[in-house]
Amino acid sequence: MEKKIRVLVAKPGLDGHDRGAKIVARALRDAGMEVIYTGLHQTAEMIVETAVQEDVDVIGLSLLSGAHMTLFRDVTKLLREKGMGDVLVVGGGIIPKEDVPALKKAGIAGCFGPGTTCEEIVEFIKKNVKK
Amino acid sequence: MTGKKKKTGSCEQLKNDTPERKTKFETLSGIGVKNLYTPKDISHLDYNKDMGLPGDFPYLRGVHSTMYRGRLWTMRQFAGFGSAEETNQRYKYLLNHGETGLSVAFDYPTLYGYDTDHPLARGEFGKCGVAISSLKDMEILFSGIHVDNVTTSMTINGPAPIVWGFYIANAENRGIDRRIIGGTIQNDILKEYIAQKSYIFPPEPSMRLIVDTFEFGSKEVPRWNTISISGYHIREAGSTAVQELAFTLGDGLEYVRWAVKRGLNIDDFAPRLSFFFNAHNDFFEEIAKYRAARRIWAKELKSLGAKKPRSLLMRFHTQTAGCTLTAQQPEINIVRVTMQALAAVLGGTQSLHTNSMDEALALPSEKAVRIALRTQQIIAEESGVTDTVDPLGGSYYVEWLTDKMENETYKYFDRVEKLGGVIPAIEKGFFQREIAEAAYKYQKETDENKRFIVGVNKYKMNEPVEIPILKMDEKGEERQINRLKKLRKDRDKAKFDRTLGRLRKAAEGDENLMPYILDCVHSYATLGETCGVLREVFGEYKEPAIY
Repeated sequence: MEKKIRVLVAKPGLDGHDRGAKIVARALRDAGMEVIYTGLHQTAEMIVETAVQEDVDVIGLSLLSGAHMTLFRDVTKLLREKGMGDVLVVGGGIIPKEDVPALKKAGIAGCFGPGTTCEEIVEFIKKNVKK
Repeated sequence: MTGKKKKTGSCEQLKNDTPERKTKFETLSGIGVKNLYTPKDISHLDYNKDMGLPGDFPYLRGVHSTMYRGRLWTMRQFAGFGSAEETNQRYKYLLNHGETGLSVAFDYPTLYGYDTDHPLARGEFGKCGVAISSLKDMEILFSGIHVDNVTTSMTINGPAPIVWGFYIANAENRGIDRRIIGGTIQNDILKEYIAQKSYIFPPEPSMRLIVDTFEFGSKEVPRWNTISISGYHIREAGSTAVQELAFTLGDGLEYVRWAVKRGLNIDDFAPRLSFFFNAHNDFFEEIAKYRAARRIWAKELKSLGAKKPRSLLMRFHTQTAGCTLTAQQPEINIVRVTMQALAAVLGGTQSLHTNSMDEALALPSEKAVRIALRTQQIIAEESGVTDTVDPLGGSYYVEWLTDKMENETYKYFDRVEKLGGVIPAIEKGFFQREIAEAAYKYQKETDENKRFIVGVNKYKMNEPVEIPILKMDEKGEERQINRLKKLRKDRDKAKFDRTLGRLRKAAEGDENLMPYILDCVHSYATLGETCGVLREVFGEYKEPAIY
């Protein structure tokens, strides 16, 4: 039997908008993945620590406050420092398209803005996860 | 047509003699909608008892007898970004373009009671609101603005008493009596646990602080709305219209019970309770929601012993639904906002915020926010809907739907009561689960093309979005941190220590904390320092992560 994809859905920073994170968490679970949801108010250290402990293949970051340029990059930087650079990291929220190239460069493999279907996210993860 | 003759003028249902577009018609919240409503659908309602006149019990048709013929709603755009200087400029811009009330959006550190230089504030300065860390910042935010004749609403919850203290102290330092300033603090912690999630303290001390503001406000700041009981965030988190209505009014009744339990006279504080609702896409359902809210609130407050007519009034602010805005073809959001704003006006709102077309992409640009304000002005000045009171009153469909939503609300009240009340239901995750379920259903229906969103899953275009995005002053954060450093260095250290020490002692007891908080504010204690004392005494709330 194929090993299930393990995903950490995480809410970095102080942002309380969790509607999207919860919907995505549930959609990934319904698509057969194992999902861990961190809950709110996570620092980059807490997220990476959970990712290490849970041995996840994917981290999905959700942020609608506008702090993505700082907080998303904090997470990918710390992942690399911990030797977990092969974890697929994706992000969602209110992310202006001008910010996307810099985020990609920092290791956010996919950015999903408003209007994205859950299926697009599922497909992206299946296609890009390193197993 | 078949040969059968259709009865005219009867209450019979319309015969289905042509195929319809869908097998099932429903409101956005899933209430079944028939092809026609007739007097039969509202025959159980008694005009004088269930509807009555605007300005009279049960206030279904409006809280004032003349409504917009007397005075238009307050045009109040929620705004805030970057530093106090930048937001002050935005307020002046909005007032110059005809806005009639102010509404402050704070950044996340402020919402959580942290100063800009706190480690957890990293990356968040001024991002989704203005950073206000002390009385000093509040002075800048309102400099050159006549706080004695414009009302200000502040979306602040956990640290509401402190931020309100900044506002009161700023007015007083300018020689304006606290008895004449007007405005609103959101101060609604229950919906924070349920939906918006910017809580700080556990429920018990949070409720104590809220009742403190009710008591202090009714005695000292009588023109201030000490709470804005909010459904907006519940709806944005994905609830249905019925859930928004039921959970919000349920929260409101919970505050009343806590205040009465403290020994406050209901007629002293109830006139200053205000509400805040969402204006979503389903036009008639939204109108029915506002109307039902007025009737339920009036009935419930009366049964809780309120005697003053003013105590029975469900006065509310409305904001169009941010979650309905699309990043695709953003200009068409202007049309969505127009419809939503019209629903709020036809529902009798006292105050209105219209969203800007670019808000699915970033904070609004000056041009986008001006168009949003102009949308309200067009409804007010050109459409004619303001010329008569409750123009949809008596519509068979609207009255039926209003009644239906009221009945569904009472079903939720019963369910919450069975769980032991609002706070136990929060602790059991009841509201959170109900909302997550509704949000998931909505998304799934959209993903599966059972529900259409123009520009997203129908009438799509593959053109790149070309819309200017608001850019913030990159020096703002540095300026703010320097200001904080200077403030901490320059203030009277002995006075600062004394006021914070007294606050700590009072918090450990059971006195009203507002006077102590005001003393801290006047000694230029920062938001983070003052809130920090309360954090140490009260502890912090942690929520169960449910999806």
